[in-house]
Amino acid sequence: MPPNAIEVRELHKSYGRFEAVRGISFEVKRGEVFGLLGPNGAGKTTTVEILEGYRERSAGEVSVLGFDPDHAGMELKQRVGVVLQTMGFYPNATVRESVEHVAGFYPSPRDVRETIALVGLDGTEDKRARQLSGGQRRRLDLALALVGDPELIFLDEPTTGFDPAARRTAWSVIRRLKELEKTVLLTTHYLDEAQELADRVAIIKNGLIIAAGPPSELTPASASYRVSYDGDGGRVELETDDPTELLHRITSEALARGDRLRNLSVSRPTLEDVYLELTAEEESAAVTPESVPT
Amino acid sequence: MSTTATLAWREFRFQRRMFWRNPTAAFFTFVLPVFFLILIATVFSLKQSDLNQLVPGIAGMAVMSATFVSLTYNLVFIREQGILKRIRGTPEPMGSYFGGVISNSIWNAILQVVIIVVLGHVFYSVPWPQDWIELVVITVIGVAAFASLGIAMAQAIPNFDSAPAYVNAIFLPMLFISGTFYSTDHLPRAIAAIASALPLKHIIDGLYGALVSGKGLEHHVPAILVLLGWCAIGLFLAVRYFRWE
Ligand SMILES: Nc1ncnc2c1ncn2[C@@H]1O[C@H](COP(=O)(O)OP(=O)(O)OP(=O)(O)O)[C@@H](O)[C@H]1O
Ligand SMILES: [Mg+2]
Repeated sequence: MPPNAIEVRELHKSYGRFEAVRGISFEVKRGEVFGLLGPNGAGKTTTVEILEGYRERSAGEVSVLGFDPDHAGMELKQRVGVVLQTMGFYPNATVRESVEHVAGFYPSPRDVRETIALVGLDGTEDKRARQLSGGQRRRLDLALALVGDPELIFLDEPTTGFDPAARRTAWSVIRRLKELEKTVLLTTHYLDEAQELADRVAIIKNGLIIAAGPPSELTPASASYRVSYDGDGGRVELETDDPTELLHRITSEALARGDRLRNLSVSRPTLEDVYLELTAEEESAAVTPESVPT
Repeated sequence: MSTTATLAWREFRFQRRMFWRNPTAAFFTFVLPVFFLILIATVFSLKQSDLNQLVPGIAGMAVMSATFVSLTYNLVFIREQGILKRIRGTPEPMGSYFGGVISNSIWNAILQVVIIVVLGHVFYSVPWPQDWIELVVITVIGVAAFASLGIAMAQAIPNFDSAPAYVNAIFLPMLFISGTFYSTDHLPRAIAAIASALPLKHIIDGLYGALVSGKGLEHHVPAILVLLGWCAIGLFLAVRYFRWE
């Protein structure tokens, strides 16, 4: 078995003359939760659907559990679960009927009741799909993707439209999948979600990966630490790669003046800061992950 | 192969359950042809020879509406709802899935032919089928032709809302020129030629032969060839232009 669940090399995808994915490479290790982040139209769905075998790539190498998704058969489908960005099921089927029906396609499915409980739909088993709320429908999507007990799960914006409590439930499902040593490739617009769940993320914009690495190690091109305090003319914000030196300097100066640095804080930029900085740039130079001593 | 067949059977049962889950739609599927039969027979107080024409005509209409009309709507619906795309991501063999979906329509067509034939005999004194083999052969080939044309048609329809417009533009004119409600012996030549090139007239003539005149299958060879031709054209277009989303 290859060590990586997914390998992507120099993937390109054009729709007519428009190139939506312009040469991206990444790999997802077995048992890893990998996040694809990026603004609308970045190429996330395109990439994921190529890996799922829904779209054909224009160029590049792709391997999913050792298969080429363009030419894979039943065996790959039995081992992969898919939540698409938009997908439906029979509106007049109940939750239980839907999950049972899909379970029948797999050689060794999960228990239907347990799957429904896993996604937090217990109590709605006899409701028809069309009576479900948007968030509940999304949970049904998740249940239908998981009922075959796949080892690799693709989740394209799995929590869009969820209320905060439902997002927590979904997160705990994804953590549970990780405990079960499943591999998860997830796309999301929610940075806290990526930070919370993903072992590694890739930020993609205009069809290119502009940063990749563990969320905690992604740093903005500018600086790694932000020091701020209330000065005379308002809040003072300083950025530095060496907070020790900076703090020593400004605190000594303050003491010498007999001053106080009110509301002094030192913060690491969040993934959100990195994301906003990277995706806002006009022409984004590729940024490599840079590890930061903690 | 055996799992494909087992899963097709399972899919068929699921599709039947979903069909009956929408009782109004199911009701109209079955009641509309019966309603037409009773209405036309009563309003025009038809004589026996006209009734003998009307019953096979309505049975032919039922074959077309269960396969061409309903199957087309159904396929556009499952595509638009993203159900097709979801199924494609699961290991259910496509043969099982489409086998189940198409058999659902075919089963409706068969049930309706049976209902119309029984009603025709009981209430309108149309004889019991003279030639059972002919009845079965014509129904099967007719269903195959309209089912494959329905799948092809679904590929041309952009969305569910516009499906009735596309489907009725073909269904209604074909009903009127194919002798569904009355004999087509006196149609203008050009229209008669068009009707003869289309499938419905041949199904109705074949059913008339099976139910009433008792002329054997050997008299319907050109009709069967036309139907098989449409079946082939439908299949070709369906496969060539199939859309998942
Ligand atoms: N079938 C298609 N035909 C033509 N262009 C397409 C098609 N699908 C996507 N695109 C274009 O490709 C680009 C990438 O789309 P994609 O759906 O992959 O983005 P995304 O990152 O998933 O965005 P979102 O966050 O909005 O879901 C967009 O500019 C989109 O308009
Ligand atoms: Mg998307």
